[in-house]
Amino acid sequence: MSDNLLSASRVITDKVAENISRVEELAYEIRVREVMTSQVITMHPNDAMQTVLETFRQARISGAPVLEEGNLIGLISIEDLIRCLLKQDLAAPVHQYMTPHPVVVKGDDSVVEALKVFVSKKYGRLPVVDSNGHLIGIITKGDITRGLLRALERDYQSEEVRRYRASHLFEDIESERTSLILRYNIKQGDFEHGGEASAKIKRALLRLGASPQIARRCGIAVYEAEMNLIIHTTEGGVIRAEIEPHQISIDVYDYGPGIRDVELAMQPGYSTASEKVREMGFGAGMGLVNIKRCVDWMKLESEWGKGTRLRMKIYLPPPHTHTKGENSNPT
Amino acid sequence: MELKRAIEILDGEVLTTSVNLNRQVKGGVGADLMSDVLSSTQPEALLLTGLCNPQVVRTAVMADVTAIVLVRGKQPPNETLQLAENEGIPLISTRYGMFEACGRLYQAGLPCLERPVSSE
Repeated sequence: MSDNLLSASRVITDKVAENISRVEELAYEIRVREVMTSQVITMHPNDAMQTVLETFRQARISGAPVLEEGNLIGLISIEDLIRCLLKQDLAAPVHQYMTPHPVVVKGDDSVVEALKVFVSKKYGRLPVVDSNGHLIGIITKGDITRGLLRALERDYQSEEVRRYRASHLFEDIESERTSLILRYNIKQGDFEHGGEASAKIKRALLRLGASPQIARRCGIAVYEAEMNLIIHTTEGGVIRAEIEPHQISIDVYDYGPGIRDVELAMQPGYSTASEKVREMGFGAGMGLVNIKRCVDWMKLESEWGKGTRLRMKIYLPPPHTHTKGENSNPT
Repeated sequence: MELKRAIEILDGEVLTTSVNLNRQVKGGVGADLMSDVLSSTQPEALLLTGLCNPQVVRTAVMADVTAIVLVRGKQPPNETLQLAENEGIPLISTRYGMFEACGRLYQAGLPCLERPVSSE
């Protein structure tokens, strides 16, 4: 991680930017005061080194800021203590062995500032000060690691919580028959937004706790229908998806021009799409066939000059049973 | 195969940011016909295509495609890039043509994730 952070402090090229991970982003977002230890054990410059030894041993710490009348004047660490022990000089005062004028970080700095110091110098800990230079805490590499891990966990949990809340929607609201209706207006020729409605329906299903296979089948079916509205209608149409605990019912309708021969339209490979549409990768005459493959029930009704209505249903398995996956038998 | 390895084989350029290069792709699919992708692709595939419009990304989302490779060194329009970014689908550009790109990956052991029509 430290290598990446070092390179991040140089000029960031596109190549480097690709490799910036969420952890590194967090290192910029999280403030030092959020991860530091704020209850700090401090020493006085006139304390004997013997006292430092006992304090470190009892509190299981390896360093402490040295304060004189509330001002930070140094840092005493286990390395200093070892030097003192080698000289058998435990009666000496702290100020003889401490590191004076220690490097500090500010509580409002991002964690990456502390990391830069840890990487470039060999310090194990850094005193944290407020804007007036008063000691408010101490930070170690371990504090940073723990803080980043907590933040990553929060990231993960927020989507989990969303899912959890959505998946309990049907349990929390009581009625004879509860359903959730999602409605989208689709404009003719709006290729730029083509697929947005189906992507939203797919995401909603996943949040509601549908299996990935169900969400995929539904997503593909609605996407094909959505593209049909964009490609073939005179003014667009409407997608209405009704989600119930036992089924998803999708109703796609438009006001023209309609399909001349519904039976012919259902045949694989039959298409009336323009060259432009084919260039975009559509119009292979597979849309309706594809929809049929993905849903449990479908009905296509159309009257030339009036409009088309496509109804589809996907049945949901009762909870806690194994779902019939579209790809349950991958080759 | 790790996405990282596939990019290496294709000498590919990653066009989107925040890509997890350690993700696994289970196999490959080569198609310019989005209906084919929708009807024949199994989940977690690497999609190789010559199409650059935003519908490629939409299709990839629907078909649970892990990453998209644009062949012949094609650079996608901004809308496509933006959509891929939002949907978290990596876009990769390779200078190889469709035939050679597929061949290289297949030779390196990446299996085919396209199903024949008869199994539909």
